[in-house]
Amino acid sequence: MSNEHSHSHAVLIWKVFGFLSVVTIVEVLLGIYKPASLHLSNVLGTSLLNWIFLILTLVKAYGIAWYFMHLKDEVTWFRRAIVWTVVFLIGYLSFFLLYEGGSLGEIDQQWTRWSYN
Amino acid sequence: MEAVVADTPKGGVWSGGGNRPFDASYGKMMMWFFIMSDALTFSGFLGAYGLIRFKFLDSWPIADEVFTHIPFVHGDYPMYYVAFMTFILIFSSVTMVLAVDAGKLMQKNKVIVYMGLTIIGGLIFVGSQAWEWKTFINGSYGALQLEDGKIVQFVDASGHQVTLQSFASNAPSERVQHEKHNGLWFVEEATLPSVTLQQVKEGFANNPDIAMRTELINLETKEKTIVSREEANKFLDKAVRVVEGANLTENEYGKTLFADFFFFITGFHGFHVFSGIVINVIIFFNVIIGTYERRGHYEMVEKVGLYWHFVDLVWVFVFTFFYLI
Repeated sequence: MSNEHSHSHAVLIWKVFGFLSVVTIVEVLLGIYKPASLHLSNVLGTSLLNWIFLILTLVKAYGIAWYFMHLKDEVTWFRRAIVWTVVFLIGYLSFFLLYEGGSLGEIDQQWTRWSYN
Repeated sequence: MEAVVADTPKGGVWSGGGNRPFDASYGKMMMWFFIMSDALTFSGFLGAYGLIRFKFLDSWPIADEVFTHIPFVHGDYPMYYVAFMTFILIFSSVTMVLAVDAGKLMQKNKVIVYMGLTIIGGLIFVGSQAWEWKTFINGSYGALQLEDGKIVQFVDASGHQVTLQSFASNAPSERVQHEKHNGLWFVEEATLPSVTLQQVKEGFANNPDIAMRTELINLETKEKTIVSREEANKFLDKAVRVVEGANLTENEYGKTLFADFFFFITGFHGFHVFSGIVINVIIFFNVIIGTYERRGHYEMVEKVGLYWHFVDLVWVFVFTFFYLI
Protein backbone atom coordinates (compact mmCIF):
# COMPACT_ATOMS: atom_id res chain seq x y z
CA MET A 1 0.00 0.00 0.00
CA SER A 2 2.82 2.38 0.81
CA ASN A 3 3.85 2.61 -2.82
CA GLU A 4 0.53 4.18 -3.73
CA HIS A 5 1.14 7.07 -1.40
CA SER A 6 4.21 8.11 -3.25
CA HIS A 7 2.79 9.09 -6.65
CA SER A 8 -0.30 10.81 -8.02
CA HIS A 9 -3.02 9.05 -10.02
CA ALA A 10 -4.10 12.29 -11.71
CA VAL A 11 -3.42 11.05 -15.24
CA LEU A 12 -5.53 7.92 -14.72
CA ILE A 13 -8.33 10.01 -13.19
CA TRP A 14 -8.51 12.30 -16.22
CA LYS A 15 -8.49 9.29 -18.54
CA VAL A 16 -11.44 7.79 -16.66
CA PHE A 17 -13.22 11.14 -16.84
CA GLY A 18 -12.66 11.22 -20.62
CA PHE A 19 -14.07 7.72 -20.92
CA LEU A 20 -17.15 8.49 -18.81
CA SER A 21 -17.75 11.66 -20.84
CA VAL A 22 -17.57 9.81 -24.14
CA VAL A 23 -20.04 7.18 -22.88
CA THR A 24 -22.42 9.92 -21.67
CA ILE A 25 -22.20 11.77 -24.99
CA VAL A 26 -23.00 8.55 -26.87
CA GLU A 27 -25.99 7.97 -24.59
CA VAL A 28 -27.28 11.51 -25.05
CA LEU A 29 -26.88 11.38 -28.85
CA LEU A 30 -28.71 8.04 -29.00
CA GLY A 31 -31.37 9.50 -26.71
CA ILE A 32 -31.88 12.54 -28.95
CA TYR A 33 -31.85 10.83 -32.35
CA LYS A 34 -33.35 7.48 -31.29
CA PRO A 35 -32.41 5.54 -34.46
CA ALA A 36 -35.60 3.74 -35.53
CA SER A 37 -33.79 0.44 -36.13
CA LEU A 38 -32.75 0.34 -32.47
CA HIS A 39 -35.70 2.16 -30.92
CA LEU A 40 -38.49 0.17 -32.57
CA SER A 41 -36.92 -3.25 -32.17
CA ASN A 42 -37.84 -5.75 -29.48
CA VAL A 43 -35.17 -7.98 -27.98
CA LEU A 44 -35.88 -9.91 -24.76
CA GLY A 45 -38.76 -7.74 -23.62
CA THR A 46 -37.53 -4.27 -24.52
CA SER A 47 -35.96 -2.35 -27.38
CA LEU A 48 -32.35 -2.80 -28.43
CA LEU A 49 -31.84 0.90 -27.64
CA ASN A 50 -32.87 0.32 -24.02
CA TRP A 51 -30.45 -2.60 -23.74
CA ILE A 52 -27.67 -0.36 -25.05
CA PHE A 53 -28.56 2.31 -22.47
CA LEU A 54 -28.57 -0.28 -19.70
CA ILE A 55 -25.21 -1.75 -20.66
CA LEU A 56 -23.59 1.68 -21.05
CA THR A 57 -24.95 2.63 -17.63
CA LEU A 58 -23.41 -0.46 -16.04
CA VAL A 59 -20.13 0.36 -17.78
CA LYS A 60 -20.25 3.86 -16.29
CA ALA A 61 -21.08 2.44 -12.86
CA TYR A 62 -18.05 0.16 -13.16
CA GLY A 63 -15.81 3.11 -14.06
CA ILE A 64 -17.02 5.16 -11.10
CA ALA A 65 -16.84 2.31 -8.56
CA TRP A 66 -13.51 0.87 -9.68
CA TYR A 67 -11.51 4.04 -10.35
CA PHE A 68 -13.21 6.90 -8.47
CA MET A 69 -14.21 4.88 -5.42
CA HIS A 70 -10.94 2.93 -5.60
CA LEU A 71 -12.56 -0.51 -5.44
CA LYS A 72 -9.72 -1.56 -7.72
CA ASP A 73 -7.24 -0.94 -4.91
CA GLU A 74 -9.20 -2.74 -2.19
CA VAL A 75 -8.41 -6.25 -1.00
CA THR A 76 -10.04 -8.80 -3.34
CA TRP A 77 -12.49 -10.23 -0.81
CA PHE A 78 -13.52 -6.83 0.53
CA ARG A 79 -14.36 -5.83 -3.03
CA ARG A 80 -16.30 -9.05 -3.56
CA ALA A 81 -18.16 -8.66 -0.26
CA ILE A 82 -19.46 -5.33 -1.54
CA VAL A 83 -19.99 -5.99 -5.24
CA TRP A 84 -21.36 -9.54 -5.14
CA THR A 85 -23.82 -8.73 -2.36
CA VAL A 86 -25.20 -5.67 -4.09
CA VAL A 87 -25.30 -7.22 -7.55
CA PHE A 88 -27.07 -10.35 -6.29
CA LEU A 89 -29.68 -8.54 -4.20
CA ILE A 90 -30.45 -5.87 -6.79
CA GLY A 91 -30.59 -8.41 -9.61
CA TYR A 92 -32.96 -10.60 -7.59
CA LEU A 93 -35.24 -7.72 -6.62
CA SER A 94 -35.32 -6.14 -10.09
CA PHE A 95 -36.05 -9.40 -11.87
CA PHE A 96 -39.14 -10.15 -9.81
CA LEU A 97 -40.39 -6.56 -9.71
CA LEU A 98 -40.12 -6.15 -13.47
CA TYR A 99 -41.58 -9.58 -14.18
CA GLU A 100 -44.49 -8.86 -11.87
CA GLY A 101 -44.95 -5.43 -13.48
CA GLY A 102 -45.33 -7.12 -16.85
CA SER A 103 -47.98 -9.49 -15.48
CA LEU A 104 -49.88 -6.64 -13.83
CA GLY A 105 -49.78 -4.82 -17.15
CA GLU A 106 -51.28 -7.75 -19.05
CA ILE A 107 -54.21 -7.80 -16.65
CA ASP A 108 -54.57 -4.03 -16.55
CA GLN A 109 -54.62 -3.70 -20.32
CA GLN A 110 -57.57 -6.06 -20.59
CA TRP A 111 -59.67 -3.79 -18.42
CA THR A 112 -58.64 -0.37 -19.66
CA ARG A 113 -60.96 1.24 -22.20
CA TRP A 114 -59.51 3.55 -24.80
CA SER A 115 -62.80 4.49 -26.46
CA TYR A 116 -66.12 5.59 -25.04
CA ASN A 117 -68.75 4.17 -27.36
CA MET B 1 -6.62 -15.10 6.58
CA GLU B 2 -6.43 -13.89 10.18
CA ALA B 3 -6.69 -10.38 8.79
CA VAL B 4 -10.42 -10.83 8.21
CA VAL B 5 -11.26 -11.56 11.86
CA ALA B 6 -12.69 -8.53 13.60
CA ASP B 7 -12.13 -9.33 17.28
CA THR B 8 -8.67 -9.19 18.71
CA PRO B 9 -7.12 -11.55 21.24
CA LYS B 10 -5.14 -8.68 22.77
CA GLY B 11 -8.33 -6.94 23.89
CA GLY B 12 -7.88 -3.97 21.56
CA VAL B 13 -10.90 -2.51 19.80
CA TRP B 14 -11.24 -2.37 16.07
CA SER B 15 -12.47 1.19 16.06
CA GLY B 16 -9.31 2.19 17.85
CA GLY B 17 -7.63 2.01 14.48
CA GLY B 18 -5.05 -0.65 15.23
CA ASN B 19 -6.73 -3.50 13.42
CA ARG B 20 -7.55 -3.36 9.76
CA PRO B 21 -9.66 -6.32 8.61
CA PHE B 22 -9.64 -6.51 4.80
CA ASP B 23 -6.90 -3.88 5.05
CA ALA B 24 -9.63 -1.23 5.40
CA SER B 25 -10.01 1.10 8.37
CA TYR B 26 -13.15 0.99 10.50
CA GLY B 27 -14.47 4.27 9.09
CA LYS B 28 -13.94 3.37 5.48
CA MET B 29 -15.51 -0.06 5.84
CA MET B 30 -18.57 1.36 7.58
CA MET B 31 -18.91 3.99 4.85
CA TRP B 32 -18.91 1.15 2.33
CA PHE B 33 -21.54 -0.78 4.26
CA PHE B 34 -23.68 2.34 4.53
CA ILE B 35 -23.33 2.85 0.78
CA MET B 36 -24.44 -0.73 0.17
CA SER B 37 -27.59 -0.26 2.23
CA ASP B 38 -28.28 3.05 0.54
CA ALA B 39 -27.79 1.41 -2.86
CA LEU B 40 -30.41 -1.17 -1.91
CA THR B 41 -32.80 1.60 -0.86
CA PHE B 42 -32.40 3.35 -4.19
CA SER B 43 -32.78 0.10 -6.12
CA GLY B 44 -36.00 -0.53 -4.19
CA PHE B 45 -37.33 2.83 -5.41
CA LEU B 46 -36.13 2.39 -8.97
CA GLY B 47 -37.44 -1.19 -8.98
CA ALA B 48 -40.87 0.05 -7.91
CA TYR B 49 -40.70 2.61 -10.70
CA GLY B 50 -39.83 -0.21 -13.12
CA LEU B 51 -42.78 -2.30 -11.93
CA ILE B 52 -45.28 0.52 -12.48
CA ARG B 53 -43.66 1.40 -15.77
CA PHE B 54 -44.03 -2.18 -17.04
CA LYS B 55 -47.59 -2.23 -15.75
CA PHE B 56 -48.44 0.87 -17.82
CA LEU B 57 -46.13 0.06 -20.70
CA ASP B 58 -48.78 1.13 -23.23
CA SER B 59 -49.63 4.48 -21.63
CA TRP B 60 -46.59 5.82 -19.75
CA PRO B 61 -45.51 9.41 -20.50
CA ILE B 62 -42.65 9.69 -23.01
CA ALA B 63 -39.73 11.40 -21.25
CA ASP B 64 -38.62 13.23 -24.40
CA GLU B 65 -41.96 15.02 -24.47
CA VAL B 66 -41.87 15.91 -20.80
CA PHE B 67 -38.37 17.28 -20.21
CA THR B 68 -37.88 19.54 -23.21
CA HIS B 69 -36.82 22.83 -21.65
CA ILE B 70 -33.56 24.75 -21.38
CA PRO B 71 -33.23 27.94 -19.32
CA PHE B 72 -33.59 31.19 -21.35
CA VAL B 73 -34.35 29.30 -24.58
CA HIS B 74 -37.72 28.56 -26.10
CA GLY B 75 -38.46 25.44 -28.08
CA ASP B 76 -38.19 21.70 -27.85
CA TYR B 77 -34.78 20.50 -26.69
CA PRO B 78 -35.06 17.13 -25.00
CA MET B 79 -32.07 15.69 -23.12
CA TYR B 80 -29.68 18.66 -23.36
CA TYR B 81 -30.34 20.13 -19.94
CA VAL B 82 -30.19 16.85 -18.08
CA ALA B 83 -27.04 15.93 -19.99
CA PHE B 84 -25.54 19.17 -18.69
CA MET B 85 -26.53 18.19 -15.14
CA THR B 86 -24.94 14.78 -15.61
CA PHE B 87 -21.68 16.36 -16.74
CA ILE B 88 -21.65 18.71 -13.77
CA LEU B 89 -21.99 15.78 -11.40
CA ILE B 90 -19.37 13.63 -13.15
CA PHE B 91 -17.00 16.58 -13.18
CA SER B 92 -17.51 17.21 -9.47
CA SER B 93 -16.72 13.54 -8.96
CA VAL B 94 -13.44 14.09 -10.79
CA THR B 95 -12.47 17.05 -8.61
CA MET B 96 -13.42 14.98 -5.55
CA VAL B 97 -11.18 12.10 -6.54
CA LEU B 98 -8.39 14.57 -7.32
CA ALA B 99 -8.82 15.95 -3.77
CA VAL B 100 -8.49 12.40 -2.38
CA ASP B 101 -5.43 11.88 -4.54
CA ALA B 102 -3.84 15.13 -3.33
CA GLY B 103 -4.70 14.15 0.26
CA LYS B 104 -2.73 10.92 -0.05
CA LEU B 105 0.28 13.02 -1.03
CA MET B 106 -0.38 15.41 1.90
CA GLN B 107 -0.80 18.40 -0.44
CA LYS B 108 -3.10 20.55 1.68
CA ASN B 109 -3.58 23.44 -0.73
CA LYS B 110 -4.53 21.16 -3.62
CA VAL B 111 -7.06 19.40 -1.40
CA ILE B 112 -8.61 22.77 -0.54
CA VAL B 113 -8.91 23.83 -4.20
CA TYR B 114 -10.35 20.52 -5.39
CA MET B 115 -12.82 20.22 -2.52
CA GLY B 116 -13.94 23.79 -3.14
CA LEU B 117 -14.58 22.96 -6.81
CA THR B 118 -16.51 19.84 -5.76
CA ILE B 119 -18.78 21.90 -3.53
CA ILE B 120 -19.42 24.40 -6.33
CA GLY B 121 -20.27 21.55 -8.72
CA GLY B 122 -22.70 20.13 -6.17
CA LEU B 123 -24.38 23.51 -5.72
CA ILE B 124 -24.79 23.94 -9.48
CA PHE B 125 -26.33 20.48 -9.63
CA VAL B 126 -28.94 21.03 -6.91
CA GLY B 127 -29.70 24.44 -8.42
CA SER B 128 -30.29 22.80 -11.79
CA GLN B 129 -32.50 20.22 -10.20
CA ALA B 130 -34.57 22.94 -8.55
CA TRP B 131 -35.04 24.53 -11.97
CA GLU B 132 -36.00 21.17 -13.46
CA TRP B 133 -38.62 20.73 -10.74
CA LYS B 134 -39.97 24.24 -11.22
CA THR B 135 -40.36 23.67 -14.96
CA PHE B 136 -42.07 20.33 -14.42
CA ILE B 137 -44.44 21.75 -11.79
CA ASN B 138 -45.40 24.69 -14.03
CA GLY B 139 -46.02 22.43 -17.03
CA SER B 140 -45.83 23.20 -20.73
CA TYR B 141 -49.10 22.84 -22.63
CA GLY B 142 -51.92 21.93 -20.29
CA ALA B 143 -54.28 18.99 -20.69
CA LEU B 144 -57.74 17.72 -19.76
CA GLN B 145 -58.42 14.98 -17.28
CA LEU B 146 -61.31 12.57 -17.76
CA GLU B 147 -63.53 11.26 -15.01
CA ASP B 148 -61.59 7.97 -14.91
CA GLY B 149 -58.27 9.80 -14.51
CA LYS B 150 -57.03 9.59 -18.11
CA ILE B 151 -55.25 12.60 -19.58
CA VAL B 152 -55.92 13.94 -23.08
CA GLN B 153 -53.67 16.48 -24.80
CA PHE B 154 -54.10 18.60 -27.91
CA VAL B 155 -51.97 18.70 -31.04
CA ASP B 156 -51.93 20.73 -34.25
CA ALA B 157 -52.08 19.34 -37.79
CA SER B 158 -48.36 18.44 -37.72
CA GLY B 159 -48.82 16.39 -34.55
CA HIS B 160 -47.00 18.85 -32.24
CA GLN B 161 -48.60 19.65 -28.92
CA VAL B 162 -50.28 23.03 -28.54
CA THR B 163 -51.12 24.99 -25.41
CA LEU B 164 -54.71 25.14 -24.23
CA GLN B 165 -54.62 28.95 -24.34
CA SER B 166 -53.74 28.92 -28.04
CA PHE B 167 -57.14 27.58 -29.07
CA ALA B 168 -59.48 27.96 -26.08
CA SER B 169 -62.39 30.37 -26.64
CA ASN B 170 -62.60 33.46 -24.49
CA ALA B 171 -66.14 32.82 -23.38
CA PRO B 172 -66.68 34.68 -20.11
CA SER B 173 -66.29 32.68 -16.94
CA GLU B 174 -68.13 33.37 -13.72
CA ARG B 175 -65.53 31.58 -11.68
CA VAL B 176 -63.06 33.73 -9.71
CA GLN B 177 -60.09 32.61 -7.69
CA HIS B 178 -60.97 32.19 -4.05
CA GLU B 179 -58.59 34.12 -1.84
CA LYS B 180 -58.52 34.68 1.88
CA HIS B 181 -59.50 38.33 1.56
CA ASN B 182 -62.55 37.71 -0.64
CA GLY B 183 -63.89 34.58 1.01
CA LEU B 184 -63.41 32.37 4.01
CA TRP B 185 -60.15 33.33 5.70
CA PHE B 186 -59.53 29.76 6.88
CA VAL B 187 -60.05 28.11 3.48
CA GLU B 188 -57.45 28.00 0.73
CA GLU B 189 -57.93 27.14 -2.90
CA ALA B 190 -55.31 25.92 -5.35
CA THR B 191 -54.55 28.28 -8.24
CA LEU B 192 -57.23 28.06 -10.91
CA PRO B 193 -56.12 26.93 -14.39
CA SER B 194 -55.69 29.74 -16.92
CA VAL B 195 -58.63 28.44 -18.98
CA THR B 196 -61.86 26.72 -18.02
CA LEU B 197 -63.10 23.36 -19.23
CA GLN B 198 -65.94 25.10 -21.07
CA GLN B 199 -63.51 27.40 -22.91
CA VAL B 200 -61.41 24.44 -24.02
CA LYS B 201 -64.47 22.54 -25.25
CA GLU B 202 -65.72 25.54 -27.24
CA GLY B 203 -62.26 26.22 -28.60
CA PHE B 204 -61.93 22.63 -29.75
CA ALA B 205 -65.29 22.80 -31.53
CA ASN B 206 -64.30 26.06 -33.26
CA ASN B 207 -60.85 24.91 -34.44
CA PRO B 208 -61.11 21.95 -36.84
CA ASP B 209 -57.32 21.73 -37.26
CA ILE B 210 -56.76 20.93 -33.58
CA ALA B 211 -56.71 17.21 -32.79
CA MET B 212 -56.79 15.22 -29.59
CA ARG B 213 -54.08 12.88 -28.38
CA THR B 214 -54.59 10.15 -25.79
CA GLU B 215 -52.09 8.53 -23.46
CA LEU B 216 -52.23 5.25 -25.39
CA ILE B 217 -48.90 4.46 -27.04
CA ASN B 218 -48.84 2.75 -30.40
CA LEU B 219 -46.24 0.08 -29.61
CA GLU B 220 -45.25 -0.15 -33.31
CA THR B 221 -44.27 3.50 -33.68
CA LYS B 222 -43.82 4.28 -29.97
CA GLU B 223 -45.90 7.41 -30.33
CA LYS B 224 -49.02 8.56 -28.56
CA THR B 225 -52.29 7.88 -30.41
CA ILE B 226 -54.16 10.75 -32.08
CA VAL B 227 -57.89 10.05 -32.21
CA SER B 228 -60.50 11.09 -34.76
CA ARG B 229 -62.69 14.12 -34.14
CA GLU B 230 -65.76 11.97 -33.60
CA GLU B 231 -63.90 9.92 -31.00
CA ALA B 232 -62.45 13.09 -29.48
CA ASN B 233 -65.91 14.50 -28.80
CA LYS B 234 -66.76 11.39 -26.80
CA PHE B 235 -63.59 11.89 -24.78
CA LEU B 236 -64.53 15.54 -24.24
CA ASP B 237 -67.88 14.50 -22.80
CA LYS B 238 -65.97 12.59 -20.11
CA ALA B 239 -63.59 15.46 -19.31
CA VAL B 240 -63.94 16.83 -15.81
CA ARG B 241 -61.15 19.37 -15.39
CA VAL B 242 -58.22 21.28 -16.82
CA VAL B 243 -54.77 20.22 -15.62
CA GLU B 244 -51.79 22.53 -15.96
CA GLY B 245 -48.41 21.36 -14.74
CA ALA B 246 -47.74 18.50 -12.39
CA ASN B 247 -47.82 17.77 -8.69
CA LEU B 248 -48.40 14.73 -6.49
CA THR B 249 -52.10 14.48 -7.37
CA GLU B 250 -52.28 15.47 -11.03
CA ASN B 251 -49.96 15.52 -14.02
CA GLU B 252 -50.67 17.10 -17.39
CA TYR B 253 -48.09 14.82 -19.06
CA GLY B 254 -50.01 11.63 -18.26
CA LYS B 255 -49.99 9.20 -15.38
CA THR B 256 -49.92 10.88 -11.97
CA LEU B 257 -47.63 8.08 -10.79
CA PHE B 258 -45.00 9.39 -13.19
CA ALA B 259 -44.97 12.71 -11.32
CA ASP B 260 -44.99 10.92 -7.96
CA PHE B 261 -41.99 8.77 -8.82
CA PHE B 262 -40.19 11.71 -10.40
CA PHE B 263 -40.59 13.90 -7.32
CA PHE B 264 -39.82 11.08 -4.93
CA ILE B 265 -36.76 9.59 -6.60
CA THR B 266 -35.10 12.76 -7.89
CA GLY B 267 -36.04 14.39 -4.59
CA PHE B 268 -34.44 11.61 -2.58
CA HIS B 269 -31.36 11.83 -4.77
CA GLY B 270 -31.32 15.63 -4.51
CA PHE B 271 -31.48 15.30 -0.74
CA HIS B 272 -28.42 13.04 -0.91
CA VAL B 273 -26.61 15.65 -3.00
CA PHE B 274 -27.59 18.33 -0.50
CA SER B 275 -26.34 16.34 2.50
CA GLY B 276 -23.19 15.50 0.51
CA ILE B 277 -22.58 19.23 0.05
CA VAL B 278 -23.06 19.85 3.78
CA ILE B 279 -20.60 17.10 4.71
CA ASN B 280 -18.16 18.32 2.06
CA VAL B 281 -18.32 21.85 3.47
CA ILE B 282 -17.55 20.58 6.99
CA ILE B 283 -14.57 18.57 5.76
CA PHE B 284 -13.49 21.50 3.56
CA PHE B 285 -13.16 23.75 6.62
CA ASN B 286 -11.46 20.98 8.58
CA VAL B 287 -8.87 20.79 5.82
CA ILE B 288 -8.38 24.56 5.89
CA ILE B 289 -7.79 24.67 9.65
CA GLY B 290 -5.30 21.82 9.32
CA THR B 291 -7.13 19.05 11.20
CA TYR B 292 -5.93 16.30 8.86
CA GLU B 293 -2.45 17.76 8.56
CA ARG B 294 -2.11 17.29 12.33
CA ARG B 295 -3.76 13.85 12.21
CA GLY B 296 -1.16 12.81 9.70
CA HIS B 297 -3.55 11.53 7.01
CA TYR B 298 -6.47 12.68 4.88
CA GLU B 299 -8.61 9.57 5.18
CA MET B 300 -11.66 11.64 6.10
CA VAL B 301 -11.52 13.24 2.64
CA GLU B 302 -11.47 9.76 1.16
CA LYS B 303 -14.54 8.74 3.15
CA VAL B 304 -16.66 11.74 2.14
CA GLY B 305 -15.31 11.15 -1.36
CA LEU B 306 -16.84 7.66 -1.32
CA TYR B 307 -20.21 9.13 -0.40
CA TRP B 308 -19.95 11.81 -3.09
CA HIS B 309 -19.08 9.26 -5.78
CA PHE B 310 -21.98 7.12 -4.66
CA VAL B 311 -24.34 10.06 -5.20
CA ASP B 312 -22.91 10.41 -8.71
CA LEU B 313 -23.33 6.67 -9.25
CA VAL B 314 -27.01 6.85 -8.29
CA TRP B 315 -27.54 9.77 -10.67
CA VAL B 316 -26.13 7.68 -13.52
CA PHE B 317 -28.96 5.20 -12.92
CA VAL B 318 -31.67 7.83 -12.33
CA PHE B 319 -30.58 9.53 -15.57
CA THR B 320 -30.90 6.24 -17.47
CA PHE B 321 -34.25 5.14 -16.09
CA PHE B 322 -36.02 8.51 -16.08
CA TYR B 323 -34.64 10.19 -19.16
CA LEU B 324 -33.18 7.60 -21.53
CA ILE B 325 -35.21 4.41 -21.31
